[in-house]
Amino acid sequence: MTMPFYVAPEQVMKDRADYARKGIARGRSLAAVVYADGILICAENPSSTLRKISEIYDRIAFAGVGKYNEFDQLRIAGVRAADLKGFAYSREDVDARSLANQYAQILGQIFTHEMKPMEVEILVAEVGEEPGTDQLFHILYDGTVMDETNMTVLGGEADAIAGRLQETWREGLDLREALRVTVAALAGPDRQLGADDLEAAVLARSNGRRAFRRIDRAELADLLAG
Amino acid sequence: MLRTGSLLAVTMPIFPPSDDPGPSFAQLLRRTGLHPELPTLDRLPVGDRLVITHGTTVVAVRYADGVVMAGDRRATAGNFISHRAIEKVFPADRHSGVAIAGAAGPAMEMVKLFQLQLEHYEKVEGAELSLEGKANQLGAMVRSNLPAAMQGLGVVPLFAGYDLRRRAGRLFEYDVTGGRYEESQFAASGSGSLHAGTVIKLGFREGLDRGEAIDLAIRALFEAADEDSATGGPDPIRGIYPVVATITGAGFERVSEEEVASRFAALTEELAARQSSATRVPETSTEGGAQR
Repeated sequence: MTMPFYVAPEQVMKDRADYARKGIARGRSLAAVVYADGILICAENPSSTLRKISEIYDRIAFAGVGKYNEFDQLRIAGVRAADLKGFAYSREDVDARSLANQYAQILGQIFTHEMKPMEVEILVAEVGEEPGTDQLFHILYDGTVMDETNMTVLGGEADAIAGRLQETWREGLDLREALRVTVAALAGPDRQLGADDLEAAVLARSNGRRAFRRIDRAELADLLAG
Repeated sequence: MLRTGSLLAVTMPIFPPSDDPGPSFAQLLRRTGLHPELPTLDRLPVGDRLVITHGTTVVAVRYADGVVMAGDRRATAGNFISHRAIEKVFPADRHSGVAIAGAAGPAMEMVKLFQLQLEHYEKVEGAELSLEGKANQLGAMVRSNLPAAMQGLGVVPLFAGYDLRRRAGRLFEYDVTGGRYEESQFAASGSGSLHAGTVIKLGFREGLDRGEAIDLAIRALFEAADEDSATGGPDPIRGIYPVVATITGAGFERVSEEEVASRFAALTEELAARQSSATRVPETSTEGGAQR
């Protein structure tokens, strides 16, 4: 009878984390910032059909980086969980914190128990009734949840982008300014990103019940140009 | 809540790809055991009839820019007026609306599920259903209510919307079996629908403008309330007026209460002017005949 080689748990976890991080680093990054009317989420995404940012519920949006099929599966699970909760209780009872916890449970469970961790990082954002009450939950491949204020960056180059964003972001930006600082941070000093390289959406307090709105390429070009 | 063999035994519903409920919210409810059971009156003792709250007259009229939908505000339970201010015209999503007639409880539930279904589909698929698809969805929901309808809990909605692909307003009628009938001009449902439908039929012409279409719908509801005790007329004392909404390329928009009130005032003025020149309504009594 052959015995499996002993591998220390630390090593197993480290290998899995490295694997997930490598997968995530292959994709492009995404940033979310708070602006005067809510939350702007902007991703580098040349595809106009395979989305990284989408609507979950009235005031909640989802964004993911990494492997598309994996974060899209999580997105649909989130829509289902939110719609079921809203149906069973009431629309007001659906909140980002609870969704973020459920995502963390799933990602944590998969990270420790499955063959392969999910190569994703996700964002659950909820726009508040008043400025200053917006919430950003950044969840990692292993189920780590981070409650961020004002801005968060997902993806391989997150640290560099977040560094740039921290320098340019300030409170009370309007949509145009917020978009510009975010795109500049995503691009870095050596590149220019145009509307065709980007995907953007907002959760805006002024949008009524369903706060989520995509900014299409034409509007994006307009906002970046003017 | 989760019923899969996978490790994901947590509350978030994740299904294996081979067994996915897709974008259907009704399927999802069934799979998670949250689907509301159809109300049935099976276990009632024989001869005991439960009195159910009913909603009555709703109409939809196509006009130049889209569709006008309107519904009275009365709900009745037998001979009682159980509610004076119930609403029967609802947005289904941005570009469509649904109006209900029939048993109020199941009808409200159906509207709620229908709204959720459209929004759920849009979010999961990342695209809206076509207007045709929405109309078929509602037909399926009406059909699934058939067992309850057989026991007097029927729901007969109207569905209308602005078809963004054809760039025109469209409207649909249903029967209790889920039969879906597209109408080209107008539709009416509920106990006062015969009267309301006739009024619209006589007043309809192609290319009505917004004001004319609203006035026609309002007149139809007024005449239906005049002839049908289960249909509520305008109630200026309490300030309760029928719900009127327009559905155009710009979306579902409820007509303001003030506008509906002023249009009703114009209508009653016109009718009063006509009355004043008419001969007096003869009195009906058993004694008067001999004396006259």
